Amino acid sequence: MEELVFTRPRYIKKTPFHYCPGCGHSIIHRLVAEVIEELEIGERTIGVPPAGCAVLAYDYFDVDMGEAPHGRGAAVATGIKRILPDRIVFSYQGDGDIAAIGTAETIHAANRGENITVIFVNNNCYGMTGGQMAPTTLLDQKSTTTPGGRDKNRDGAPIDLSEMIALTKGSVYIERTAVNSTRNIRKTKKAITKAFKAQIAGRGFSLVEILSPCPTNWKMSPLDACRWIDEDVMQTFPLKVIKDEIG
Amino acid sequence: MDKKLLMRGSQVIGEAAIRAGCRFYAGYPITPQNALPEFMSGAMSGLENGTFIQAESEIAAINMVIGASMAGARAMTSSSSPGISLKQEGISFLAAMELPAVIVNVMRGGPGLGNIAPSQGDYFQATRGGGHGDYRTVVLAPAHGQELADLTRKAFEYADRYRTPVMILADGMIGQMMEPVVFPDPVKLDELPPKPWVLDGAQERPSRIIKSLILDTVEMEEHNWKLARKYKIISGEIPRAETYMTEDARFVVIAYGTAARIARGGIKRAREMGLKVGLLRPITLWPFPDRAIREMSRLVKDFMVFEMNTGQMIDDVRLSLEGRSNVHFYGRPGGIIPTPDEVGKAISSLYYRQHLEED
Repeated sequence: MEELVFTRPRYIKKTPFHYCPGCGHSIIHRLVAEVIEELEIGERTIGVPPAGCAVLAYDYFDVDMGEAPHGRGAAVATGIKRILPDRIVFSYQGDGDIAAIGTAETIHAANRGENITVIFVNNNCYGMTGGQMAPTTLLDQKSTTTPGGRDKNRDGAPIDLSEMIALTKGSVYIERTAVNSTRNIRKTKKAITKAFKAQIAGRGFSLVEILSPCPTNWKMSPLDACRWIDEDVMQTFPLKVIKDEIG
Repeated sequence: MDKKLLMRGSQVIGEAAIRAGCRFYAGYPITPQNALPEFMSGAMSGLENGTFIQAESEIAAINMVIGASMAGARAMTSSSSPGISLKQEGISFLAAMELPAVIVNVMRGGPGLGNIAPSQGDYFQATRGGGHGDYRTVVLAPAHGQELADLTRKAFEYADRYRTPVMILADGMIGQMMEPVVFPDPVKLDELPPKPWVLDGAQERPSRIIKSLILDTVEMEEHNWKLARKYKIISGEIPRAETYMTEDARFVVIAYGTAARIARGGIKRAREMGLKVGLLRPITLWPFPDRAIREMSRLVKDFMVFEMNTGQMIDDVRLSLEGRSNVHFYGRPGGIIPTPDEVGKAISSLYYRQHLEED
């Protein structure tokens, strides 16, 4: 008798991921889909994909998906949620999308306490466009627009967007996790579950920042990329519960 | 039908929007249209299912409208010229994703920050799409209070029928003026045509996608042609213009909105002098009422385009006429509101210069 122990989550379509080998998006997509399935909200969830590597997320998630212009995920999600307050609305955004061009939309959605969930995937660069410096690029990290490494005086320091959002009165749950190890993947799933639960309970703005490897643009092997998150990225972006008013 | 009310133009748009079933408004303060968001904040709070959001920016406001429209609501935003520039990315997305929405532009002097006086400087931006890509926006140009009410209703109907953004192009003068209005009865929300494309959760149906990214060039071309076919249908169905004293006219002024009202006064004065002058007022700026103008050219050999800018709609008039008649221009940009006397003088001097008084 064979037992099925591992299968595709119900809310992931049978479309092969286009993501690079070693990229964190596929793992994070899976985690979000698993949480949607476990919380039994798949038939009332609407996702908002970004511009960036995850722009094609609508081809993978088998829930209603509405694309947002670059950076505007929180504003589009706000519009959907205000019209359909009993639906579950999440935006899925990269670090360039959310922490540069979409900073204002994100902070103000959080400040208004919009009852939405944001999945913020931080890979410390603009992936889709070929590895330019992002607001989250580490100091001294090389990118195609900081070939000699990011310089604080010239380029500014990495921005702590999640900590900034935590300062807003309307945010209720903010956690930074990673998907570079089995342990961290498990913790990430817990955090995503908690964030969606906060929305289901009508508590307000929840966000999970997920440190995610980008071996292609970091020019590393997938293994080295995972190691680099542990050794370097976490020095600047420590894993922690940044804000928890849910308990 | 309700009784006649005396109301400020911006508020007329608001009341008409609510009666058209608008249940979502997001906006950002900018003069001279603040009376509209102020009105909407009060009106929406009085409705069980109404949402008003004072957004953090014009960009956020139009993107909230995108979300509300995806979720199936009749949604609106409003602004004035510089703010409309900021909304253009979102308007392009609305057009691409075939989402209905109503955008109100209460135009002011420009370019740049310009001033807060009435102007018609945004004609090109409004009628040429405004944002990036190959699309059109339906543009309605009300000239008085009653028309603000009627065209606001129409704007929501067109937006839903054609699944496309519709702009109401007004100016500071129409927005501020108090005029008598009779509002149409409120629509019954549950009697509006269903929207079998909204994102409301994939319950007992396959999941849906609303997007504008089409990486495949063949598919993108197909989408462009699909939009083009839709624009062609719109161009056949909704162009509208009003005429005034054109039956025996030898000289016709073409003007819209506030400029058309001033032109009416100028035409009255010219008529008092015995000049055979009339007015053609485009009510839809896109699609442009080109056929009405072309037909008029069989009898009228001299047109004067009057705009509160340096000459924008004149291009569409020339394209409509294709050289059949002379096209003259009188313009006052910068927020200047010329008097009917001034326009009357412009009309009569051209009339005599073209020797139209001779038989």
